[in-house]
Amino acid sequence: MQAVLEHSPPAGATARTTKRTGFLLLSPSVLILLVWSIVPLVMTLWYSLQNYNLVDPTLHGFAGLDNYWYLLTDPDFLHSLLNTLVLVAGVLIISVGGGTLLAVLYDQEFFGRGIARIMVISPFFIMPTVSALLWKNLMLHPIYGVYSAMMRAVGLTPIDWLARFPLMTVMMIVAWEWLPFAVLILLTAVQSLDGEQREAARMDGAGPIARFRYIILPHLGRAISVVVMIETIYLLTIFAEISVTTAGGPGVASTNLAYLIYSRALLQFDVGGASAGGVVAIVIANIVAIFLVRAVARNLEA
Amino acid sequence: MATVELKNLRKTYLTEEIIKGISLSIEEREFVVFVGPSGCGKSTLLRMIAGLEDITSGDLLIDGHRMNDVEPGKRGLAMVFQSYALYPHMNVYKNMEFGLKLSGMPEAERRAKIEHVARTLQLEPYLNHKPGQLSGGQRQRVAIGRAIVRNPKVFLFDEPLSNLDAALRGQMRVELSALHRKLGATTIYVTHDQVEAMTMADKIVVLQKGVVEQIGSPLELYHHPRNLFVARFIGSPPMNFFSAIFQGGDAAGSSVQLRDGSSLYVPVTSPGLLPGTKVTVGIRPEHVELASSGPNSGVVEVIERLGAITLVHVRMPDGEIIVVQTDGAALTDVDTRVSLTLPPHNCHLFAPDGLAFEACHRHPLAA
Repeated sequence: MQAVLEHSPPAGATARTTKRTGFLLLSPSVLILLVWSIVPLVMTLWYSLQNYNLVDPTLHGFAGLDNYWYLLTDPDFLHSLLNTLVLVAGVLIISVGGGTLLAVLYDQEFFGRGIARIMVISPFFIMPTVSALLWKNLMLHPIYGVYSAMMRAVGLTPIDWLARFPLMTVMMIVAWEWLPFAVLILLTAVQSLDGEQREAARMDGAGPIARFRYIILPHLGRAISVVVMIETIYLLTIFAEISVTTAGGPGVASTNLAYLIYSRALLQFDVGGASAGGVVAIVIANIVAIFLVRAVARNLEA
Repeated sequence: MATVELKNLRKTYLTEEIIKGISLSIEEREFVVFVGPSGCGKSTLLRMIAGLEDITSGDLLIDGHRMNDVEPGKRGLAMVFQSYALYPHMNVYKNMEFGLKLSGMPEAERRAKIEHVARTLQLEPYLNHKPGQLSGGQRQRVAIGRAIVRNPKVFLFDEPLSNLDAALRGQMRVELSALHRKLGATTIYVTHDQVEAMTMADKIVVLQKGVVEQIGSPLELYHHPRNLFVARFIGSPPMNFFSAIFQGGDAAGSSVQLRDGSSLYVPVTSPGLLPGTKVTVGIRPEHVELASSGPNSGVVEVIERLGAITLVHVRMPDGEIIVVQTDGAALTDVDTRVSLTLPPHNCHLFAPDGLAFEACHRHPLAA
C-alpha cells in the first residue's frame, strides 16, 4: 500500500492536468459565445456615441453623450419605460395568480381533466404573432370579432379594446400566452405535494382555504419564484404582440422599451439614438436580473 | 378518553369491496393493533375511522356518536402518518401549533401546551428547527407531539415505525408503550410487523382481504389461533404444518395419524368430524423437540445460528421441511439425521376448512 502510494504521481499534478485539458476543450465554445455577445455589445456602445442617421448621411461623427441626453429627456422614453414595467407587473400578477388557482383546480379529480389540461396548456404553443393576430382580428375586432358579436347579441355596443385600452389589451394577450406556462410549472409543483401532508392538515382541522394558504402556497414558493424569474426575462422584451396589434400606439400608449428602440432604429432610421436606447435596456435588464437572481437563489436555498 | 365502535363497516372502490363488513368495539384506554399482510385493508380501515376515506356502509361510533359524516378535523382524533407528514416549511413549534391555532386556542394556552409536550418528548432543544434538520427518530417524535397537543380522544397510528432502522424501531416501540401508559389514551395502531403487534397491543385484530380473521389478546392469538391464517401469521419463525388423517376423538382429545404411521393424541375437541378426514397439524418451531433417535426422523438441511437460539431446518421423508427452534448451543450439524418429538399439548389441529379445533384447556396466559 505504501509503495503504491509513493509511486503514483502526486494527486495535485493530476488534477491540474485534468483541469488544463478541460479548459482547452471548453475554450472554442467559450470563445465563440464570447465573440457572439461581445461584438454586438461593443458595436451598440460605439453606435450609441455616434451621430448615425440613415436618412441624413451628412450628419455623422462622434456625438458624445448627445444620444443619451436626447433619449433620457424624451418624454416618450419615460412613458415607454413605465409601460414596460406595467406590462411586466400586470402579466406576472395575472399569470402567477391565475396560474396558482388553475393549478390547484386542475389537481382535483373531475370528468374530462386530461382534455382540459391539454386545452389550458395549448396557448403556450401558439407563436406570439399568431396569437396577437387571433386576438386582434378574430376576438376583439369591433366589427367582425367574436367578442363584439357576443356584445351585440345582448344589445350592447362593443368596445374597441385596442383603441380604447391599448396597453391593457396587450397585457391581456400576453397574459393569455403566459398563463399556460405558469399553470404547467405550478401544476407539477402542486402534484409533488405529499398527499399525507394534506391529510395531516385535514386531521388538524384545516379547511380547503386554510390548506391552500398554509400548506399548498408555501409548497409552491419555489416554483412561483422560478416562474416569476423566467417570465420577467421574456416579458421585458415583448415585441411581436405590440407590433402586430397596436404598433405601439395610439401615440406611445402601448410602446415599451423594446418597441421604442425598434421604432427609433427601423422606423426613424436613427441608429445612434436606438443604440443608446439599447444600452439603457441592457442596464435595466441587468439591474432586474441581479435582484431576481438574488431573490430566487435565496428562495431556492431555503 | 373514548370508546370506538365499528358496526358492519364496509368500503367499496368502484366495484371492488375492500372492507367486507367489520364489526369491532374498542374500549377506553385500550391499545388496539390492526395487523395483517399488505393489501389486507388495515390502513384503509384506519383511514375510514380517521375520516380520510368515505364509509360505504355501516356505522362508526366514537363515544356513542355516529361519526360517518363528520369532518376528519372534528372527530376528536389525531393521526401519526407513516411518512410523519410534517409541514416542511414550519418549524417544530409551528408544526405542533397548527392544529391548535386553527381551533382558535389563545396564544398563551398554545405555548404552555406545546412546551409541556415538548418537555415530555424531549423536543425542547429542537422547537426552532425545521423538520428537514431533524433525524428520523426526532421527526417521529414531532409527529407524535403534534398528535398529543391536540388532546385527542383517540390516537391513530399508521405504520409509524416502518421508516426507522431496527435499533430505533425497538426504542420507539418501548417509548410508545410507555407514552400510552402515561396518557392512557385509546389508541389504534396499524402495522404489518407482528413484533410491534405482540409487544404493544392490548388487543390485536388480524385482518385478511378486508375480513377480520381473529380478535384477541396477543397471547390468545399465539396460543389459540382461530384458523390456519392466524396460526401462520402470528409467530416467528412461522408455525410448521403437515397433513394427517383424523382417527377419532373424545372429550379429552382427538387422535390423528401422521404420514409415517405414528399417531398423535392432541388435547383438542373435534365435534362432528368423521374419522378418515384429512386435517392439518400445526406446531410452532419453539415447541418441537429434537432427539437423536426415534420416530419422525429427518435430515438437517440448514442451520441458522442466531446466537441465543438456533433454527434447524429438517427435511422429512415426505419432502416437507420442519423448522425446529433449539438452544443456541445446540451441537446439531448439517446433513445429520435427527428425530423430532411433537409434544401433543402444543399441537394445533385444523379442519379442512382451515378452522382450528377448540382446545380442551385454555392456556393460563391467554384466558
